[in-house]
Amino acid sequence: MSAQSTIATESAELQTLREKVRDLETRLAQVEGRVAEDRVSIVVFSGDLDRVMASFVIATGAAAMGQQVSMFFTFWGLSVMKKDRQLAGKSLHQKMMTLMSPGSSRSLPVSKMNYFGVGAKMLRSMMKAKNVNSLEEMIALARELNVRMIACEMSRDVMGIRQTELLDGLECGGVATFLADSLKSRTSLFI
Amino acid sequence: MSQTFDQVFDARGLNCPMPLVNARKEIGKLEPGQILKVMATDRGSVADFQGWAKIAKNVELVAQENESIDGATVYVHFIKRTV
Repeated sequence: MSAQSTIATESAELQTLREKVRDLETRLAQVEGRVAEDRVSIVVFSGDLDRVMASFVIATGAAAMGQQVSMFFTFWGLSVMKKDRQLAGKSLHQKMMTLMSPGSSRSLPVSKMNYFGVGAKMLRSMMKAKNVNSLEEMIALARELNVRMIACEMSRDVMGIRQTELLDGLECGGVATFLADSLKSRTSLFI
Repeated sequence: MSQTFDQVFDARGLNCPMPLVNARKEIGKLEPGQILKVMATDRGSVADFQGWAKIAKNVELVAQENESIDGATVYVHFIKRTV
């Protein structure tokens, strides 16, 4: 009689343990799904040469360290990815925006001491003198290192920038595209 | 110091992030277990290579030393490809 009740208690305990293990396994799976990967994601909001340079140095450096890198170009940052200007068929505001924004990465201003582009030219020549790669070389390098580059569809549309004005082979995406990558990243930057 | 190595990569004159980026490419050409000697004039590369070795799974920093070549300090890094 007492032996039977011991067996009954033990099997009840076993049952509780099994349930606990199952519960823990589910929770572990959830946690594992949220563990950050070796990934870096960067929002390039700025279209200032100095800031953009910094973002590409980080992106290429991280890629060289074996991290997966995503760069999201939004608002002024879209200028970095432009290859030429198109005016035909745009509204007045869009035309004004197009004329007043840089036509490509080559004409980005600097965030301080720009003086109508003189500052940017000066910085570029100083970087060249120090054998620092130009922004255009950095962009090419980032592509070579398989950095994922995404143009923000919403700001592209608002600012009247056509897909054809941007460099070829760019992905387009929105906030969820960025968040999907950034939530899995150990490092997320907004530049 | 007579650290052995299999290949030399001269990154002298290159600035951040190029010593790292190019060394990354060069080490890809080696066999696992082989050692790449990187020569750089970029002082930041000392900490950079330490950081790289700490994070990346496929490299190991074997040694770092300074050399003086033609009056300029050269930062020498020996990195081993592990995988």
